[in-house]
Amino acid sequence: MRFAPVLTKPSAKRDADTAARLDVLGDIDATGCLAEARKTALARLTEMGLPHPRDEYWRYTKPDTLVQPQAPAAALHDASDEAPLYDGIDRLKVVFVDGVFDPAQSDSLEMAGIELCRLAELSDTDIHWSRDLYGVLEADGQVPVPRPLAALNTAYASDGIAIRVTDKAARPVNLIYLHENTASDAMLHHVIKVEAGAELTVLENGPAAARFNACMEVDVAEGGAFHHVRAQGRDRERRTVTHIFTRLADEATFKSFTLTANGVLTRNEAIMDLQGNDCVAHVAGASLGDGGDFHHDDTVFVSHGGLNGESRQVFKKVLRNGATGVFQGKILVKEGAQKTDGYQISQSLLLDDDSQFLAKPELEIYADDVACSHGSTSGAIDEEGLFYLRSRGVPLAEATDLMTLAFLAEAIEEIDNAEIAEDITSRLGAWLERRRG
Amino acid sequence: MLEIKKLHVKLEEEDKQILKGVDLTVEAGKVHAIMGPNGSGKSTLSYVLSGRDGYEVTEGAASLGGEDILDMEAEERAAAGLFLAFQYPVEIPGVGNMTFLRTAVNAQRKARGEEEMSAAEFLKVVREKAKSLKIDADMLKRPVNVGFSGGEKKRNEILQMAMLEPKMCILDETDSGLDVDAMKLVAEGVNALRDAGRGFLVITHYQRLLDHIKPDVVHIMADGRIVKTGGPELALEVENNGYADILAEMA
Repeated sequence: MRFAPVLTKPSAKRDADTAARLDVLGDIDATGCLAEARKTALARLTEMGLPHPRDEYWRYTKPDTLVQPQAPAAALHDASDEAPLYDGIDRLKVVFVDGVFDPAQSDSLEMAGIELCRLAELSDTDIHWSRDLYGVLEADGQVPVPRPLAALNTAYASDGIAIRVTDKAARPVNLIYLHENTASDAMLHHVIKVEAGAELTVLENGPAAARFNACMEVDVAEGGAFHHVRAQGRDRERRTVTHIFTRLADEATFKSFTLTANGVLTRNEAIMDLQGNDCVAHVAGASLGDGGDFHHDDTVFVSHGGLNGESRQVFKKVLRNGATGVFQGKILVKEGAQKTDGYQISQSLLLDDDSQFLAKPELEIYADDVACSHGSTSGAIDEEGLFYLRSRGVPLAEATDLMTLAFLAEAIEEIDNAEIAEDITSRLGAWLERRRG
Repeated sequence: MLEIKKLHVKLEEEDKQILKGVDLTVEAGKVHAIMGPNGSGKSTLSYVLSGRDGYEVTEGAASLGGEDILDMEAEERAAAGLFLAFQYPVEIPGVGNMTFLRTAVNAQRKARGEEEMSAAEFLKVVREKAKSLKIDADMLKRPVNVGFSGGEKKRNEILQMAMLEPKMCILDETDSGLDVDAMKLVAEGVNALRDAGRGFLVITHYQRLLDHIKPDVVHIMADGRIVKTGGPELALEVENNGYADILAEMA
């Protein structure tokens, strides 16, 4: 039994909020091989309670709409003005509509060197590898900071996908989240096991639901590599909270990039545990927010436990018309994690005086031979560069877009696959172009 | 081509008059040089003409091909045919040099109501022009001016000039930071663009650039005015005797 110290302070509001939410959700699924994991997750959650506005980790982001019993409605967005993402990439598509698996739009869940299985099907079986992973990394990730919405997800997720890779996956798995119901409240949980020396790329895209709680647990064994590129949908009123938990063994690689454009509330948490020696964990994000109701939060926790680990956090936010961006990133270097190389940068481009960026970088180091650096900046567009472009005949609006893309480039460069990076860049360009004054 | 009349300019932020009545006409097909001591207003003149913020024209006019340019935005001046080769070319991380060049070329074409250059055609032209300036494929791919040496930056300015084919080129201390070989290369690039329909205004401290880019007319600027105008021999006089004699003569 794992033990997570509960750091949340007792509060009557928290108890009431938690009870109200659980009341709507009802009983957990007590059948199949994940039943035990769900039960312990529910116990964890009940002990912690759901986030409270005064919790330290929710200081810059209001949790109320993520916590309330029913999802606030979110109008559907017509995205027909742009080409579907990853269209030119040969991939295995797994489609969820408002959090419900859609076999008609999905490919058959078969690929050489890879085992795919829907979570919902595990209710009928007692033996499955995912049993050793489901909720395990999430539970580990509750220390030192509680992440109740992830525990809630483990307890109640209605579906998701379990992927086990034993080889180099021939093509990426693309999880597509369509949103068709304005009041949908979806919870999905994915477990991914990358065996020694195996490789997998997972692509995610789409708004998913009016309110979406997603959890992904990724276990990468010796020398394995996991790549993740995610584009969160444009639906303006959608609310999303995501958690990615990863555990890395010796020489394992984990790289994740997220693009967020619009969505009134996004909280993306990445919890990376570099347990082995010589492992690499990169997490990056580019977000674009327009309007006073836009709120985007990246919360990252990197824990270095092994020797010679490398971690990078690169987050860039473009904020305009009163949008808010949040970054909370922590690097923990445990005793003995010598030769750790930790890098963290969070930057915002504020396109007007009403927008704001709140950053809390943290380092906690218990080893004496490490290199850790962090930086955080907020600024306006570089006037020198802007004039240079204009003096060559590039109109102001186009020059501003170019400078904005230039600002985001460092985050996009974190994507290894050039084709996918190109896709993401053209998305960003299109978003900017649509908003030209 | 370029006509400047009684141009008076002050800094927007402070009450400091920089240009105090500049009169200058550069004819098509001619190369004019402006020399002058530090702080005489040479660079300010180039910035004001190209439309940089921070300056206020208090009196006077400037026109390009008969069209008043002072009320135009920087990009409109560029589309009208004005080009400034920067003394300190700006680094823009994240924007590829090629993308930048193509965006600029097509933006100008669009502004003039001309057809945009296709990707293939652009590539062909840019490769050819880059080659003569000894700009390799790697420099074209890299972000604009990032990690470029002083000489590479100036060559990149000339490449932009060659691609944009402006009517009026202003070169602001293009020789600064260049060794002799790099200066020759840059000068060759400029000379290749000399044309009956194109005017040049070369701002420099030193005569040596003018050995390579031979001017038709040389102006001496001091304290915000053109104080003396002559032929190429004026530049030699400055080289030999400095500005003191000329300025004393004026006083």
